Amino acid sequence: MTSAEQKEAISAFIFLSPFLVWMVFLMGGPILAAFFLSFCKWDILTPIQFVGLDNYKEMFFNDPRFWKALFNTAYFTFLSVPIGMVLSIVVALLMNQRVKGIGIYRTLFYLPSVVGAGVAVAVLWKWIFNADSGLLNYMLSLLTGIPIADCPKWLASETWSKPALVIMSLWGVGGGMIIYLAGLQGIPSTLYEAAEIDGANRWQQFWTVTLPGLSPVIFFQLIISIVASFQIFTQVDVMTDGLGGPADSTLVMVLYIYQKAFKYYQMGYASALSWILFIAILLATWLQFKYSKWVYYEGELRK
Amino acid sequence: MSGSTTIPSPTAAPAGFWASKRRNEKITRIVVTALLIVGSAIMMLPIAWMLSTSFKTRTDVFAMPPVWIPSPLHWENYPTAWNVSGMYSTEDWSFLGIPFHGVTFTTYTLNTLTIAVLSCLGTTLSSSVVAFAFARLRFPLRGPLFILCLATMMVPPQVTMIPTFILFKSIGWYDTFYPLIVPAFLGGGAYNIFLMRQFFMSIPYEMDEAAKIDGCSNFGVYWRILLPLCKPALATVAVFSFVYNWNDYLNPLIYLDTNSKKTLALGLKNFVSLYGQDYHLLMAASLLISIPIAVIFLVGQRYFIQGIATTGLK
Repeated sequence: MTSAEQKEAISAFIFLSPFLVWMVFLMGGPILAAFFLSFCKWDILTPIQFVGLDNYKEMFFNDPRFWKALFNTAYFTFLSVPIGMVLSIVVALLMNQRVKGIGIYRTLFYLPSVVGAGVAVAVLWKWIFNADSGLLNYMLSLLTGIPIADCPKWLASETWSKPALVIMSLWGVGGGMIIYLAGLQGIPSTLYEAAEIDGANRWQQFWTVTLPGLSPVIFFQLIISIVASFQIFTQVDVMTDGLGGPADSTLVMVLYIYQKAFKYYQMGYASALSWILFIAILLATWLQFKYSKWVYYEGELRK
Repeated sequence: MSGSTTIPSPTAAPAGFWASKRRNEKITRIVVTALLIVGSAIMMLPIAWMLSTSFKTRTDVFAMPPVWIPSPLHWENYPTAWNVSGMYSTEDWSFLGIPFHGVTFTTYTLNTLTIAVLSCLGTTLSSSVVAFAFARLRFPLRGPLFILCLATMMVPPQVTMIPTFILFKSIGWYDTFYPLIVPAFLGGGAYNIFLMRQFFMSIPYEMDEAAKIDGCSNFGVYWRILLPLCKPALATVAVFSFVYNWNDYLNPLIYLDTNSKKTLALGLKNFVSLYGQDYHLLMAASLLISIPIAVIFLVGQRYFIQGIATTGLK
């Protein structure tokens, strides 16, 4: 290394120092600590006790609530992610048309997703899902003629509580829409012109130009939204008052981790749960990369 | 779709080709507009419902079929909701040395603002500093470190949550704002670093070289040359980080205990637990809390939609 290079490296590490501190103390260290804790029993007050694989054994063979939480999380993910994805692509396609006032429509669709992650929105939806006087059942009975008393009880029903969470999550399609819109606008218009000259109709253009052109964005969104929906917490905690009810039907992984760690002070068991969540997310992401042949990268052609 | 600018074809088109194409486009436009209007109405319906409920009385709220525009409008729900939390907490607290009595949403708002503004500042500054190193400086292990940084995006915060909680508790930061602010100054998370780096990369390197020839230090290049060119990206990071902290629920829930230190998200949650059936007050409070976010979004959207579009993903 020349002295100029050395100087540059030193100043680089000064610029990097906030990140390095974070990496060691708030990321790497805690991951390892959580891994270690997952083999221990600890309530913070009494000394740590090493228990080997006991937490994991308990979890897999003796804890129906763990399986319930895993199932509920997967149920929510597999329902909300595909529906949300299709909806936000459809909305983005509509938004990509030249019609008057498109800026207003974009804002109206995007706004809920911005405000959407907070407690305020969870409170709003709790009220919308109210079985007797809520907006959703009112609209349902207005449109279908079913009396309100026979409509789903939503958050008060074991069957309908998870679909209710999915419906609420769909109100945030605007977030995905913006990203797909950026993707759509990045597809060169020459490709559409070429397709048109070749006699492709709208539908064929969608399948042969739009979808392949959008596939890297779809892939990115798929990964991000699966990771995010594995972590759903705020809405469930607020709407079910921290219980995940009725009858554990909305007990999701993060809520269960939170309960174990900060209500029952089972830090070891909660750490084991968090590692399972971690592995589930890694596995889901890895599978998506493994089966990502459908993703079309324009740059690859040029190689 | 995007190829709709019609340039007259030099070769002869079959008779009526352009006329039928134009007609098709007109029909498409009508259908699209209709769909967008219906869609927007559905998206806005919950907000209209929230607004309507917030002006009703306790008994009107449960009327079926609902009255959309209550008469008279009960404006007093707003001040009532804002101050009602003071009824159950008469704690004394202070802000910037000014003493107050009784915890209301004013308390929660000041706390949330403190946390959100400082975190926003920390995230914007530190993510751009770190991104500058990754984008512009040569140093050993640059590639592996950057990949490591990106890999942390896959780590759910719940994995680090418990040890981090124990760490902050052991240094006496439990029930203070530090655990909610300090991490923001340490890089602001992988996503923001990545976003800033992508933006820096899109700025020609000749800019740096010219500045360096004129005697600018690395810090000078970062501060005087690149940052001013990165306003859309900075605005994106700032808006997202402010909104994130404004809405954040899990972290304040874990770290804040004293009522007078709680944030709006926690205050609203308290409110729900205590006045769960008073939907007119709940809606008024929820609406007030959401307004700042909506305003920031409306003001900033031009910048940060550009920020996402130019830096992201592709």
